[in-house]
Parts: sequence; structure tokens; C-alpha cells
Amino acid sequence: MNDMTPVKLTPKDWETDQEVRWCPGCGDYAILKAVQRTLPDIGATPENTVFVSGIGCSSRFPYYVESYGFHTIHGRAPAVATGVKLANPALDVWIVTGDGDGLSIGGNHTMHILRRNLDCQILLFNNEIYGLTKGQYSPTSREGTKSPSTPFGSVDHPAKPAAFALGSGARFVGRGFDVSKNLPDVLKAAHAHKGAAFVEIFQNCIVYNKDVFADFTEKKNADDGQLWLEHGKPMLFGNMKLGGTKGIALDKEKLTLKVVEVVDGDWEAAGVIVHDVTNRSVAHMLVEMPFGAFPMALGVLYDDPVPTFESAVVQQNELAAKGKMPDLQKLVSQGQTWTVGKSGPEL
Amino acid sequence: MATAALDPITSATTDASPEAVVVRFAGDSGDGMQLTGGQFTLSTALAGNDLATFPDFPAEIRAPQGTLFGVSAFQINFGSTDITTAGDAPDVLVAMNPAALKTNVKDLKPGGLIIADSGEFNDRNLAKAKYDANPLEDDSLAKWQLLSFDISKLTMESVKEFGLGNKEALRCKNMWTLGLALWMFDRDRQPIVDWLKDKFAKAPVLADANIAALNAGHAYGETAEIGGAGLGLKQLNIAAAPAPEGLYRTVTGAESISLGLVAGAQLASLPMFFGGYPITPASAILHHLSRLKEYGVTTFQAEDEIAAIASAIGASYAGSLGITSSSGPGIALKGEAIGLAIMTELPLVIVNSQRGGPSTGLPTKTEQSDLYQAVYGRNGDAPMPVIAARSPADAFDCAIEAVRIAVEYMTPVMLLTDGYIANAAEPWKVPDMSGYTPFPVTFLDKAQEGGFLPYGRDEKLKRPWVKPGTPGLMHRIGGIEKALNTGHIEYSPANHQAMTELRRDKVLGIANDIPDQDVELGQKGGKLAIVGWGSTFGPIYQAVRRARAKGLDVSHIHLRHIWPMPKNLGDLLKSYEKVLVPEMNTGQLKTVLRDQYLVDAKPLNKVSGQPFRIAEIEAAIEEQLT
Repeated sequence: MNDMTPVKLTPKDWETDQEVRWCPGCGDYAILKAVQRTLPDIGATPENTVFVSGIGCSSRFPYYVESYGFHTIHGRAPAVATGVKLANPALDVWIVTGDGDGLSIGGNHTMHILRRNLDCQILLFNNEIYGLTKGQYSPTSREGTKSPSTPFGSVDHPAKPAAFALGSGARFVGRGFDVSKNLPDVLKAAHAHKGAAFVEIFQNCIVYNKDVFADFTEKKNADDGQLWLEHGKPMLFGNMKLGGTKGIALDKEKLTLKVVEVVDGDWEAAGVIVHDVTNRSVAHMLVEMPFGAFPMALGVLYDDPVPTFESAVVQQNELAAKGKMPDLQKLVSQGQTWTVGKSGPEL
Repeated sequence: MATAALDPITSATTDASPEAVVVRFAGDSGDGMQLTGGQFTLSTALAGNDLATFPDFPAEIRAPQGTLFGVSAFQINFGSTDITTAGDAPDVLVAMNPAALKTNVKDLKPGGLIIADSGEFNDRNLAKAKYDANPLEDDSLAKWQLLSFDISKLTMESVKEFGLGNKEALRCKNMWTLGLALWMFDRDRQPIVDWLKDKFAKAPVLADANIAALNAGHAYGETAEIGGAGLGLKQLNIAAAPAPEGLYRTVTGAESISLGLVAGAQLASLPMFFGGYPITPASAILHHLSRLKEYGVTTFQAEDEIAAIASAIGASYAGSLGITSSSGPGIALKGEAIGLAIMTELPLVIVNSQRGGPSTGLPTKTEQSDLYQAVYGRNGDAPMPVIAARSPADAFDCAIEAVRIAVEYMTPVMLLTDGYIANAAEPWKVPDMSGYTPFPVTFLDKAQEGGFLPYGRDEKLKRPWVKPGTPGLMHRIGGIEKALNTGHIEYSPANHQAMTELRRDKVLGIANDIPDQDVELGQKGGKLAIVGWGSTFGPIYQAVRRARAKGLDVSHIHLRHIWPMPKNLGDLLKSYEKVLVPEMNTGQLKTVLRDQYLVDAKPLNKVSGQPFRIAEIEAAIEEQLT
């Protein structure tokens, strides 16, 4: 209260005194750092920031961020966060979840928070495995994943988090990975988006699913494996030092995306599409792009805000209450009443 | 003469008007019996009678017409004395079709009056009701008085001038019947006429037709000479019940709980957040609250039961009064989240409108079989206060008490009601709200002396409530075991022992803050105590009153606080030679009482989906005392 000038916080200010308990080398450390680097830059204040999580390795996150935090129960973080935000829309709410928490046990809530469009950031750490329960396959595990519960390989088809989010009505879909230097930019864009912002973060579980994303996260694979999307910029990848040697174009016959060679930087000649974050149709194609034949689409895939759930609730509440004075005595006396006097009841 | 009041007319042949009458309207789900009952209730209340009602309807929204399982009934007991139950057996049964007659007539008192719509007793309907012969025409109803006339046809005639279609015209049958019932009990038609005009404001022709049917039914009673001497229709004038002066209204349990929750939030100076998911018979609370925005109420229809409670917990965490409501199956789904609220020590009110179980059970029937679930039904040692309402009117104060305990102890509280209380209506003397002591909540807004301790305690063992948004008091909570005081994650054996005991002691300590258990009827000590909880209040009270009038040494004790129990309860129970516990379950409170006090409590159980009858409890009392 002595000094009213806001002091610029540093990542250090967002660290708690709690000992971080993830496995040494876990991708979660990098994500935590990215978040702690992002928070000062977006002007967040610890007292107005709330981290809500479910259960799993990722969900220990709130204990390590110096803000308000609620480590809830398996899968239910979106529901708890909905109550937090409806009770106090001024709070800046972050949800931290994982592929099991957010898409398996809590898939229902993830769907509904997205379609309702509650203003919050949803960080889904996808490591394609159950870490905290010791390595069972998860809903995002690839077919054939061998795990303690699938010793002969999993036979079910994996869920695609970004496609699920978009299909549920998300108005912001972003992607990054744990050690990427671009992750803070994705987080900033998610925060700047008013509404539910869904960010899939590929995370390396070094104990149970080591290097499962190495095909695109490792430096040597970055050129062909990563497509970093930027609004208004062509969708280029390959050797970026040469301005991008490959690009994504639209196959107009099949209405699908295709990879094209870019010669001498002439992406227009190659038919490469310019990324428009508000184009929902292209977003649907980007989240469905099969990795291998295509690079992994990263960055902000889709960002097109619409009014938020909590603002609609507040607005309706205010409208419904308009001109009415709360009066408990009146409230309990409403309906058809009668008075019992000395001579009996009367209307 | 107390017993006279409790034995309503057994025959309509007596000239003197009885002190209480039980009427049951029964018909097809589409016949509007609940509406008829509701309006008859209103007119009865306006006539100054005390009353209690029992709506009994099928789980199916529109069961196939004319079938036995599609019968919907509404029973009302009203009289010139204190009425606390919907009545054991009807004196009058209005049966709108063969199925309604078949499913209800066995309950009718011998000599009671059947009014049947003969127009509906055609071959098709008789077959659907599985009658081999028309019961109106053989001797099978001989032990009752039968009045049958073609209500369908009489209704059609009465609304002819309005040019309604056949189906629409027949829908006025319930008003014709109501008109007849209003005549029978000498009731004013005007409030119903006003209600119809309001209800059909957008379709005046329907209002006029219904009013015409109502008047025709009334006129029929006045002019028809049917039944002959000593039989059938005669006008009964039930005198007004003596009631304290004041303003009255009728209230259902769902209404009074909603009002009580709003009042509780206001007394606590908190905005309310209600997270709900539709389920019978609890949905009505969500409906009522969703209209009360000006009281700082936010309602949220969640995607499922778990999200309903989880959002309420989130809202409590953010500084609102979180409330959720459901029925048994939904409460089962909420179990894990209730544990989270216990662990994080956040205030929360969970209303359970109990219904028949297990599983989906009997959605529209009443039962009190969730007591174990309320007291014990969570993983871990997870103590939670439990309060049970005894009647629609009592539910108002119980809801306020639930809110008070939740915020004064930072704990979830379960409020038990049931399908009977939720749907039944009774007259309610409108409370004077200035008589309620506010209990405003104080949020912690700066660190305690010696530093901020999110799990520090006051003398009640309550931890502080800190709203996110408060500078300098950032902290983390969650479902993992907490360290004493700091609330950090802590798995150590000694800490878990200490925290488990602390959570237990905090809840047990509430016993210091609730009234001693009183005796409803009778006195401390004696031969027999009847101990009840919840909606069995009415039949227990009347049964004990009757037994005492016969000179039997029996007392009635009725619990509001199921957990923790009042401090004097053990002593009180031990002052009787025998303890009998009537419950609509297989003996759940009985078991808890035995466990807590080592008393030889005996069960009296009924799990038929129907409330106890006074006579059933009376018979059990006599058996205990002979």
C-alpha cells in the first residue's frame, strides 16, 4: 500500500516455496518455466490469478505457481473453474490438465467448458500416457502402445486433443511443446483471447513414454517436423533459414491440405496458404493433419472470439434483477396468501 | 376428544360434519389430477382448514392412457384441528377412470365414498385396467358408497358453447370435478376462477370453458338428487382450524428449501451459487432458485451431477455460498467431490431430496434410505454434518440452519429431505424475517498474527475463508492431505492422524452449537420413546398422540440434527425402557443410534414408496407396550 506504482514482476515472483516433485528431466519443468516467464509479460497479478487443476502429474502445477491455486479431483477442474469464474469473473483462471484427466475421466467437462466458452486458459499437457499411476496407456496413446495394462499393445484409436477441442466448439486452439522457445508466445495469445483458450502442449514423459514426440520436437527434426503458424503469414516449413522450402497448400480437388515444395522462396507460386486464425474450416484441417505425411501444426491454429459464458450469465442476472429490490420478507410472503385474523381466514 | 379429530368420518351418513376428511383425486396422468389437487388445496387453505397433501404420480411423463401404471393421484387431508399427515385412508375417492379406481379403491375406508366417471368405464378402459366386468355394475364395490355419473359427458355439455375440439373439451373434466368437490365442502370458487383467468390469459376461451366446467360441477352438486337418503353427495362444512393470527400461504418442500437457502445466504451476507443437474424429485429447487436473481443468486445447470457440485465448490472457493442439490443417485455421483469439500474445508450445502432406491429405484416415490449415504457415504474418514427436515414448512428453517453451519464451520453440510416433503404442500405461517439473527461471514483479508496460515484454526477449529483476489494471501488448496496450519501437501503419518482427528473433532464440535434434543410429545423418561427423523414426523406425531390419549406411556422424539447428534440425546434415549424407530428404510437411524449410544433401539420399517400410516405406527406402539 506504500507504493502504488506497479512493480514489474519477474518469473521468480511466480515461484512458490514448495519443492517441485516431478521426475528429474520431466517436460513439466519446462512448461512451468514457460508459464512463469509468461505471467509477468501479460501483466498478471498473483492475487487475481487462479490455477485450477485435476489429478495427474500435470495437475500438481498449482502448487508451484505463486498465485491462488486449487488442486481438485480427477477430471473435474473445468467444472470447479466454472464455479470460480462465475462467482468472480474478474479472476484470471488457468486450468492445467493432462490427456487422461482432461480427455478421459474429465472429457465431458472439457467438452462443456469449451462449448460454453468460459473465459479461461486450458493447458492440456499431452504425454500420451498415464504418468502418475505408473504408465498405463491413455486416450491419446497411439494404437499398439504397450503398457502395464496393454502388454500386447493398445487396440483403441487415440483421441486428438486439438480436434476434440475444435469439435466441442472451442474458439481458440493453440499448440506447443514443453521445451519450445515459442511456448510463451502461444500462452500469451491464449491469455489475450477472451473466452476458453485451449492449448495442447506436447510433454515428454521421460519415465513412461520417453521421446514419443521426438520426431518433431528434436532439433534435428524441427525443419520437417514443425509447422509454426502465424496469422497473416504463409504456412511454411522445411529449411526456414532459406525462408521455408516446403509449404501447406489446399488440394482443391479433394478439399484437403497437401504439402508442396517451395522453390526459391516463391511460396505464392507454390500455392501455399496464408494462415488466417479466424478461418474455422482450415483450422479443422490443421488439427486433423496426420503427422508424418505432414508436419505438426504448432502455434495459434485458431483464434476467433465470441462472447463468453460468464459475461452472458452476469448480463442475464443483472437484467433479470433489474428494478427488483431484494426483500426477504416480501419473498417469503409471495404466492397466494391469506390472513388469519380473530374471526378466521380471509384473502 | 383428541382422538375424534384423528378418526375422520368413516361414513358420510352422519349428519354432523366431521373434524377431518381425506379426499383422493385419482385419474390418468393426462387428467390433470395434480392441478386439481393443487387448486383444491388452495381453496382448503383459504377456508381456514389445516391440511397436508400427498401427490403420488408415475415416473413416466405420459404413460399410455388408461393403464394401471399411468395413474396419478393427489391426496389431501384437511380438518378443523391440527393436521400433520396426508391421512391414512381416504374418505372420498374421485376415480376418473377404471385404472384409477382399481389402483386406489383398496385404500378407501369401508363405507367411504367413490365418485366415478362412468363415461370412462368403457370396454377398452376396463380391459386396460384388467377388469373382467364393469365394477360400477356388479357388486364388487358394495362395501363402499358408489356414485357414478358420466362426468365426461356432463363436461362436454357444459363447454359446448365454446366450440372446443373433443380433446380440449374433455380436458376440462378436472375442473368439473373440482367444481363438484368445492360444492361438497362448501368452498369459494372465486380464487380458482381468478387463477384460471390468469393461467389462460392468452387463451380466454380456454379460461371461459374451464370456468364453465367448474361452475357446472358445482351446480351439479347443488341440484342433482342422487344417491337417495343417507347416501352420497351431501355438503360438508369443515370448520376452520384454530390457527395463530398472521399471514399464511401454502408451501411445498421444494419451495421452502429454496426460500430458506436464499434467506440463509442473505443472513450470511453472501451471494449464492447453485449448481444443479435435473433429477426427480430435486429439480424443483433449481427451478425456483433460477428465478431469484435479485437476491444475488446465480444458478448453473451443469453437464452432470459431478460438475454441479464441483462448480459449487469452485464458487465457494471464490467467496460465494456454493449449493448443490440432487437425489440419491446424483448424491452418489457427488461423493468424491463432497470429500474434496471436506478436505479443503469449504462451505457447501448439499440438498438430498431422497427417493426410493437403490440405483434409479423409484424416482417419484418417497423413502428415507439415504441416511447411511449422508452420514457415512464417502471414502476415507470424511465427517459431514447432516440435517433432516420434517415437513415442507420445517424445511425453511432447516435450510437456514444448514447454511449457518456450513459457513460457521467451513464444512459441507447435507440437508436431507424427501420426495414426500418436496412435493407435498402445507399451510405455512409466513415467518417474520426480522426474527432471524444474521450470521455475516468475514473473509480473512490480511495475514493472521504470526503469519498467514490457510489451515490455521479458531476456537471452533474453523480455518479462515480467503477469497482469491485478496492481495498477499495467495495459497494453494486441494484434495491431498494438508499439513496442520500451513495447508501444504503433507503425507507424514503423524500429520494424517492429527488432521483426521481434527476434521472429526471440528464436526463433532457442532454439537455444542445446536439445541438440546427436545421431546415433541410426552416427557423425558418412561416406557417407550418413538424416535423419528424426516417426513415420518406427521404419522409418528399423530400415532403417539392417539396412544397417549388412550393412556399409553409413550413419547415422541424427532431429530433434526442427524450428525452430529444433540449432546443430550444419549441420556434422553436411555431414560426410556424401550426405543422404537420408525423409518422408511430398513433401519438406518436405528443402527446409528445403537452404535452411538448402545441403546436397544428397535426398528419399524416401511419401504413401499408410501408414507407411514398413523395406524401402522399406532399398532406398533401398542405391540411394544403389551
